[in-house]
Amino acid sequence: MALNTIEFTALLGLGALAAGFLGALTGLGGGVVIVPLLSVIFHVDIHYAIGAALVSVIATSSGAAAAYVREGYSNVRVGMFLEIATTVGALAGAALILYLRVSIISIIFGVVLLYSAYASLTEHADSKPEAGPDRIAAWLKMDGTYPGANGMESYHVRGVPQGFALMFVAGVLSGLLGIGSGAVKVLAMDRAMKLPFKVSTTTSNFMIGVTAAAGAGVYLSRGYIDPALAMPVMLGVLAGSLLGARVLAGARVKVLRVVFSGVIAVLAVEMIYNGLK
Amino acid sequence: MENADQRMDQIIGRLLQSGVILAAAFVFAGGAVFLARHPTPVTNYRVFQGEPEELRTVSGIFHEARELRGRGLIQLGLLILIATPIARVAFSAVAFLYQRDWTYVVVTLIVLGLLVYSLLGGHGSG
Repeated sequence: MALNTIEFTALLGLGALAAGFLGALTGLGGGVVIVPLLSVIFHVDIHYAIGAALVSVIATSSGAAAAYVREGYSNVRVGMFLEIATTVGALAGAALILYLRVSIISIIFGVVLLYSAYASLTEHADSKPEAGPDRIAAWLKMDGTYPGANGMESYHVRGVPQGFALMFVAGVLSGLLGIGSGAVKVLAMDRAMKLPFKVSTTTSNFMIGVTAAAGAGVYLSRGYIDPALAMPVMLGVLAGSLLGARVLAGARVKVLRVVFSGVIAVLAVEMIYNGLK
Repeated sequence: MENADQRMDQIIGRLLQSGVILAAAFVFAGGAVFLARHPTPVTNYRVFQGEPEELRTVSGIFHEARELRGRGLIQLGLLILIATPIARVAFSAVAFLYQRDWTYVVVTLIVLGLLVYSLLGGHGSG
């Protein structure tokens, strides 16, 4: 089937629109489906695929972060400190691409994708023991407040070294695979650092843009970012995620999340299979 | 202190929003130019070849965009997009400096340095 450029661009844009829409509705993010969409369905080389995906990750993260930051949920100090770990990780991940075969990258991607699908399905239990102050967190002035059910609620931050280490891993995955690695970032802040869940997710979103920018700078100078591919993908994911955020209030998210996770799992298995072939 | 933090959040929010809108506008305009001039068969993306020099470097992209070439305009939009979080970090550095929060001035400058290093190509650039 020989498509011309306009048809190809339109199909890519529609796929990206759907990915961004479902990604925003389910909280998985649109970027994570872009790589399998491009490589498995459109047969695009994985270097171009991760280039286009990472660019769209910056767009959605910055767009969403703009709203959250102003609502006062995200913790800018925690985010900024942990960005040291994620940006170093992203640079390491982007360097790693040069030494890994495409088949290996494909398999790693599939495994991370399966974990993201699984993580989005597990219910979050917000039953934290009231944590006392922590020496490192106090020195870094990380404790903060956020708008809770009964007005502004304050919280303490713990486990800074563990969170920092996990953030490095999140950065490596982001730079290696062209994804936001929101799932690992939330894991680091929610589980290891005991931040309130809403603060974890919004600060994670806030950090994703900076982490992705570190990877994207390297991708751009290596020639992974093709304008003709990145254009429909970036615009599609951005429009889709804005639409998704609008619809979010009235949607039956639970059913959607199961369906979307199923789709992601199938794509993940396909990527692992392609890598092993 | 709390107040200064909140005002900083407001400005950061607006900065991120403007960056994304500006980037999307350039990408859209570039896309329109590109599609109008290239109703040809699709490029083969199965094999990785890498972008040509003029679409990989900051100076090359500026040159292509000034010539109003579609691909150059798209890349300029994407460059603005990549620069948006970097501008956010730079702004935070100034804000922490204003608050005389030296620990976070250092933290922010480290992040900023890493981002600039990445834009210069990171490890393995030619």
